[in-house]
Amino acid sequence: METKGNILFAGVGGQGILLASEVIAYSLLADGFDAKKSEVHGMAQRGGSVTAQLRYGKQVYSPLIEPGTADILISFEQMEAVRYLPYLHDESKVIVNSQQIFPPSVASGQLEYPENVLSRIKDKGVKLIEVDAFGLAREAGEVKAANVVMVGVASHYLPLDPSRYVEVIETRIPERFREVNLKAFQAGRETIG
Amino acid sequence: MKKKGNQSLWMSGNEAIALGASEAGVKVASGYPGTPSTEIMENLSKYEDVYTEWAPNEKVGLEVALGASFAGVRALATMKHVGVNVAADPLFTASYTGVRGGLVVLTADDPEMHSSQNEQDNRNYAFAAKLPMIEPSDPSEAKELLKEAFNLSEQLDCPVMFRITTRIAHVKGVVGRGEQGVSAVEKGIEKIPAKFVMLPGNAKLRRVEVEKRMAKTRELAETLTCNRVEDGDTKRGFITAGVSYLYTKEAFPDAKVLKLGMCWPLPEKKIREFADSVDELIIVEELDPFLETHIKAMGIECTGKAMVPSQGELNTAIVRKSIDPQSASGLFPPVELPMRPPNMCAGCPHRGIFYNLSKMKLFVSGDIGCYTLGVLPPLSAMDSCVCMGASVSVAHGMAKALGEGSHDKIVSVIGDSTFVHTGINSLINSVYNGSASTLIILDNRTTAMTGQQHNPATGYNIKGEAATEIDLEALCRAVGVKHVYVVNPHEVSESKKVLKEAVELDEMSVVISKAPCVLTPAMKKQKHIPFVTKDENCNGCKACVGLGCPAISWIGMTPEEIEAKGYRKKQKGIAHINAVQCNGCGQCVEVCKFDAIVEEEK
Repeated sequence: METKGNILFAGVGGQGILLASEVIAYSLLADGFDAKKSEVHGMAQRGGSVTAQLRYGKQVYSPLIEPGTADILISFEQMEAVRYLPYLHDESKVIVNSQQIFPPSVASGQLEYPENVLSRIKDKGVKLIEVDAFGLAREAGEVKAANVVMVGVASHYLPLDPSRYVEVIETRIPERFREVNLKAFQAGRETIG
Repeated sequence: MKKKGNQSLWMSGNEAIALGASEAGVKVASGYPGTPSTEIMENLSKYEDVYTEWAPNEKVGLEVALGASFAGVRALATMKHVGVNVAADPLFTASYTGVRGGLVVLTADDPEMHSSQNEQDNRNYAFAAKLPMIEPSDPSEAKELLKEAFNLSEQLDCPVMFRITTRIAHVKGVVGRGEQGVSAVEKGIEKIPAKFVMLPGNAKLRRVEVEKRMAKTRELAETLTCNRVEDGDTKRGFITAGVSYLYTKEAFPDAKVLKLGMCWPLPEKKIREFADSVDELIIVEELDPFLETHIKAMGIECTGKAMVPSQGELNTAIVRKSIDPQSASGLFPPVELPMRPPNMCAGCPHRGIFYNLSKMKLFVSGDIGCYTLGVLPPLSAMDSCVCMGASVSVAHGMAKALGEGSHDKIVSVIGDSTFVHTGINSLINSVYNGSASTLIILDNRTTAMTGQQHNPATGYNIKGEAATEIDLEALCRAVGVKHVYVVNPHEVSESKKVLKEAVELDEMSVVISKAPCVLTPAMKKQKHIPFVTKDENCNGCKACVGLGCPAISWIGMTPEEIEAKGYRKKQKGIAHINAVQCNGCGQCVEVCKFDAIVEEEK
């Protein structure tokens, strides 16, 4: 198992990226890893492209992931996954929620949403895992838990026992959302046999 | 590196600084919200035993903290980098008065301008104001060094500046709890006019003290543990500080490093010794060649900005490649994609005003806040934005320059919090000096851009407790504005009528656009009925699309599709509302002339 890694979260402001990155960060910390995470606040949060960068290992200095070194890219939107292509390497795992959100230029009809956008990643031979996180979250009982579905999928590529995430969800998420988030995590986990 | 025992926490730099302030025994803290500093005060307000407040601006905040220091308690003032410009007046003279209780002035710089109008390097303020400046590298160190800064402030009898950057403020890391610090200063009133009354006679004497103190600080800098040498390969030696230290350690893990936790004044002896111990001396720092310039002034040979960029943020890759260009590795090239800039939220009250302004062909003198996004297409209704409060005074200056007949061509737009920050004095100037322009105050009942902080116009304090609320309408009248209108911006047509009337007046007028931000907790709780499109009525005029609402999108269609679906021949598509995103503001209903937008049926 890898003893260090870089996880890049990408999406659009308001999609719950921060919670997903927190669940993974706490799980890594509970396992004894050092970690650092960079977030975006302020203006960019208003519906713009947002990222969170999580790095873990024995000792982490820089809070920023270098281009070409993201081991896992968890993207909550298709086009946003492609935006961060320069951060990937041949062995990266890209987990992408099948949702498309139109940026203003596309919504107003000036530009087209790129057709078959994920082919840009597939063409490079990088492993791509497409997830209908909303569908799975809805089945679990709450659409908003899509972010934890993504964590469930990502758990296959991280050096932690699944019980770590369960512990974190049980201790860090408010009680009334716990059940549905546990279900969402399992649903994400089960998408890969 | 901290051991991760039971005492370790996972915190952002700003949370760690709040904890550090509490552990340092800070009693009074004042600040104005500004990315990336905002969460310090937000978090500190949750601690017991410390008085916290949102000040209307950074100058007021620093003066409050200075007053608390004069009364013998530890005090903190927080602000973003450009806030120091506003607070510079008290800052430069507080350097002369010195302190009683420890006083730390925190500046949160924003290299790369993630959420700012410039990327000024506030280390220059420490040099200019003759004050010590502490610069941590990560959250854990930020907490420890903040406590050290309070000790230094009392030991040296001066405010201590504390500089963080976005990648410290908004980075999470492992932080350990620490011991509770104690101030040696006693709380109470002490009358020391020679120290506190800066009339020229006293100031001249204090001026001498400033130099003595800086000499003493330079001595102290030689032995401070936060200015440390990390042994390594001496072929190349690096002097670095702040977050640049982390990038340097990763890019050149084996090199010898002098890490400066205090970036002003510099430990000359230590730097000279370090320089002598390495073959080549390289300075790695973000933004200005601050360390480099001052180290070169010592007559020490070094390189820095000849290789390392002076614009934007650094990161490990930039540091490595700028110093070792041959280390560049092949990356997947970026794909050209539609940009995704930030946008005003669905249901944002500002949109209604900017929609009207975009049709009125005016010069819109803008200001700092969410509403600055009014500059983006399709609204494209802002023509200048410089700094907090400038909207009103820039419009006044333009009107004076253009002379008679120009008053109906220029309006200024400012948010409630920004108006209170520094817009009021500009409005006084406009009225006093006979402006005939129109000021639009976008009162969305919160300081929205920085994440929903209260301000003197919201009626609540930092803890969410009821506070005296400024009556903006009465305030405008009190400073002499005779024509004050209040509109609901969601009523787009009515607002337009009022705006037109106000603009045509040949005396100063104010239009207060009053409707709460959709992100305020009260609005989030409120049940709303989303709107949907009645496709058969949509004739594809795109009026609603012109609002630029993220819930509204355009569905383009081919002539065949248009015919098959029975739309008008000339039509090129239809508008569509995403009911999940819609916040039910109804602005699109107002602009639709064909009854094609209706409330969703349950």
